[in-house]
Amino acid sequence: MTVDTMHKLPERKGNMAPLFDGPEWSFELIHKVYDAMGEIALGELGLSIYPNQIEVITAEQMLDAYSSIGMPLMYRHWSFGKRFAHDEAFYKRGMRSLAYELVINSDPCINYIMEENSMTMQSLVLAHAAYGHNHFFKNNYQFQMWTQPDHIIDYLAFAKKYVADCEERFGQDAVESTLDAAHALMNQGVSRDLRPRPRNIAKHERERAARRRAHEEATYDDIYRTLPEITREGMAEPSEVQSEQRRLGLPEENLLYFLEKNAPKLEDWQRELLRIVRLLSQYFYPQRQTKMMNEGCATFVHYEIMNRLYERGQLTDGTMLEFLHSHSSVIFQPTFSDRRYSGMNPYALGFAMMRDIKRMCLEPTDEDRAWFPQIAGCGDALGTLREAWALYRDESFILQYLSPKLIRDFRLFAVTDDAKESAMHVAAIHDEQGYRDVRRRLARHYDVAAQDPDLRVTDADLSGSRRLVITHYVRNGILLDKVEAERTLQYLAKLWGYRVRLVEMDSEGGRVLKEHEALPMP
Amino acid sequence: MQVVDRRLNPKSKSLGNRQRFLRRAKAEIREAIRDSLKSRKVSEAEGAEKVTIRSKSLREPSFSLGRGTGTRDYVLPGNEEYRVGDEIPKPQGGAGGRGSQGSPDGEGQDEFTFTLTKEEFLDLFFDDLKLPNLVKVKLKDLKSPKLTRAGYTSDGPPARLSQTRTMRKSLGRRMALRRPSLAEIEALEKELADAEAEDPISPEKVETLRAKLEHKERLRRTIAYIDPLDLQYSRFERVPKPTTQAVMFCLMDASASMTEPLKDLAKRFFMLLHVFLSRYYREVHIVFVRHTSTAAEVDEETFFRGTDTGGTVISTALDEMLRVIRERYSPSDWNIYAAQASDGDNFHDDMPRCLELLDDDILPVCQYFAYIETAHGERFNDTVETPVWQGYAEIAQRRRNFAMRRVSAPEDIFPVFHDLFSARGVTG
Repeated sequence: MTVDTMHKLPERKGNMAPLFDGPEWSFELIHKVYDAMGEIALGELGLSIYPNQIEVITAEQMLDAYSSIGMPLMYRHWSFGKRFAHDEAFYKRGMRSLAYELVINSDPCINYIMEENSMTMQSLVLAHAAYGHNHFFKNNYQFQMWTQPDHIIDYLAFAKKYVADCEERFGQDAVESTLDAAHALMNQGVSRDLRPRPRNIAKHERERAARRRAHEEATYDDIYRTLPEITREGMAEPSEVQSEQRRLGLPEENLLYFLEKNAPKLEDWQRELLRIVRLLSQYFYPQRQTKMMNEGCATFVHYEIMNRLYERGQLTDGTMLEFLHSHSSVIFQPTFSDRRYSGMNPYALGFAMMRDIKRMCLEPTDEDRAWFPQIAGCGDALGTLREAWALYRDESFILQYLSPKLIRDFRLFAVTDDAKESAMHVAAIHDEQGYRDVRRRLARHYDVAAQDPDLRVTDADLSGSRRLVITHYVRNGILLDKVEAERTLQYLAKLWGYRVRLVEMDSEGGRVLKEHEALPMP
Repeated sequence: MQVVDRRLNPKSKSLGNRQRFLRRAKAEIREAIRDSLKSRKVSEAEGAEKVTIRSKSLREPSFSLGRGTGTRDYVLPGNEEYRVGDEIPKPQGGAGGRGSQGSPDGEGQDEFTFTLTKEEFLDLFFDDLKLPNLVKVKLKDLKSPKLTRAGYTSDGPPARLSQTRTMRKSLGRRMALRRPSLAEIEALEKELADAEAEDPISPEKVETLRAKLEHKERLRRTIAYIDPLDLQYSRFERVPKPTTQAVMFCLMDASASMTEPLKDLAKRFFMLLHVFLSRYYREVHIVFVRHTSTAAEVDEETFFRGTDTGGTVISTALDEMLRVIRERYSPSDWNIYAAQASDGDNFHDDMPRCLELLDDDILPVCQYFAYIETAHGERFNDTVETPVWQGYAEIAQRRRNFAMRRVSAPEDIFPVFHDLFSARGVTG
């Protein structure tokens, strides 16, 4: 990539006094640097952020935060202890370094920074998280639609207390086994398509009925009375099964939601636990969908801020070099044949795309004009970026903005891997015929809904055998991992309380490929 | 913007999670510890322990797409030479070109490695063991009551009279009741004498003074210098105080018949016993006594290293032990444990004397006496009874604080240890 060109220091355009010199940080310096960055971020870059709360923590506390999926408060569960033990072992053996920061989508936005960081790193972290991520959290539509950052901390406090109370009343084992089962279904605890429905459905329905009646009255014409009656042959009344299904809202993709509302045997407190897990899962869903953009946005923002501070003279050469060093290691993208390769680096792709959009807005080539007529040469790079940050998620962002130039820069190529064949096939490369194909396939890779198995509750016999049927709509012939699926199904059966059947059905032909069944263990 | 310093917040926020985690994996962790002890040196047991467990109960399954089926698309960076339609042979082990993308929590398998703290390790290690007779000993011998000051009281034996306290009270009472002091009386007497010696004598003045003196003297007589009310005695209470020291005697046969592997077995046993005792006692002393036909107290190095020639007379070691107890470890202050390791050889004539010493002198003062007989694998056979084994068997039946076991390989140590001190083996 263009890493080597970045090691050249930018030109100085001002001669303000450096904000700091040397590695030591202090609370005053953090305030000073934060304010200086604020001028650039809010003024020049036009960002809009939640108020920030910066919390200084130790390495051990960072490990703590890791283990409870990054949240400042979390209910107690053994799996977090497992994660902690695991991370700690890796950290102590020096096999993993800790993140410099952790930022939480809350209002005020909580940023954890580590005490070990040098002042340069603290500055980088402030620019990255306190301005970059913060802006993204506040403005991206996914977060706006699905999360309530001003409530999350309160909700976690409630969840923690609720789980603790349940443990006290019903015993650790009972709570643990319910949470285990809920965690197993966490990825199926997300409503992907539906917006949260208004709470008062009855009122909503009444209003709709009133509107419909008003429409009928307004369009009433006596002549319709003279039309012959339509015979409704072949249009039988909906069967009992169909109306039952409709009542249950089937098919339902959110398994935890379905169980919470309909599982026959669960106690009220168990339903509440399912709800807690489900809401957390939903809270994190936007983060999964915007990982690349979010990091790209934050990396772009820190890069801009640090460079502009340097240009003004507010950073020393030493600071700038230290910053560039860690910046370029963050955005390093190993190639596929490299031992270090472990998928696309979201920082690398995200940052490159943001920079590329800026380039296209300011210095477009003919190719850009052909591919992106709406933004090429528009001159308002930050306006374009802010709009992109607000209105897209990873998948749609790539579809919209990945340029042929970047495909060439990364030398992206698409490969098809059929499990039945002994070799993979190169489907598209970075050439004129391949750009769109590569872009489409890459975008699909960032579509979380396409990467997760598509599972739905399709049938629940509540009046008879009480058997629950889950259907996996198999795409491209990729079945579930058998062992994992059966273990998870066992948990599902435990929550449902009766026999559960999992049908893997080809989403195109409707052919049943595989079936699993589980009965709840006594 | 607000900067908060969280570094001083209570540490180990995830302690509750860790406890839940350990509780869940307890069975597997204990298994792992047992396995690791089989092959490693016992001296390493007392420390942080890295444990690898393969745990069913730590699984966190979820619905995920399997590897072996269907058609997948990948987009990879860094194309060098490929053109559309090229074939790329799959890397061994399937998995396509996606590199090493594991499951989200980073482990493809159930195996899981982490570090137990020393405390956690030992807690699990000793989890189902109990100190012999511990419950009983806790109530009785473990704690000898100790007198502790507990303020003052108004009655008690004369020896406990607190003079300072008594005098302080007396002074206060005297001042309150205006008891005249001796100096006051003397001054008055002097004044009276002066008045009497005056010339011409003033009868009124003498009379006034005399009456005053008489009043004062009456006061002095009626108001006691020390009243029974003043008496204060120190008060003591008997506070049961745990004896937190123990001494552990390691007795070993050092004759040539004890080969290096046999000594090694004995050593492991001793060290395990030491670890165990140091869990319960703040201070654990070890006394090493080795014997051939004579016995001597030696340091640890000599104990395990040197070999002496000569026969085997166990009673010498028991005598030596009793000598050390008499000199340094009074049974009223020390909890005494003894572990004897031997290959089972002894002069036949010596056995009666051994049994007598054990029965009359040693077992009454010992919390526990453990005998282990080390033997080579091929010799290890229940039907072959060594002289010592035969002799001790009879005591073992009568005495609850005497135990004997056989050990033939390092991996036998732990079960033996477990047996010796298991809650079942030694009931109250």
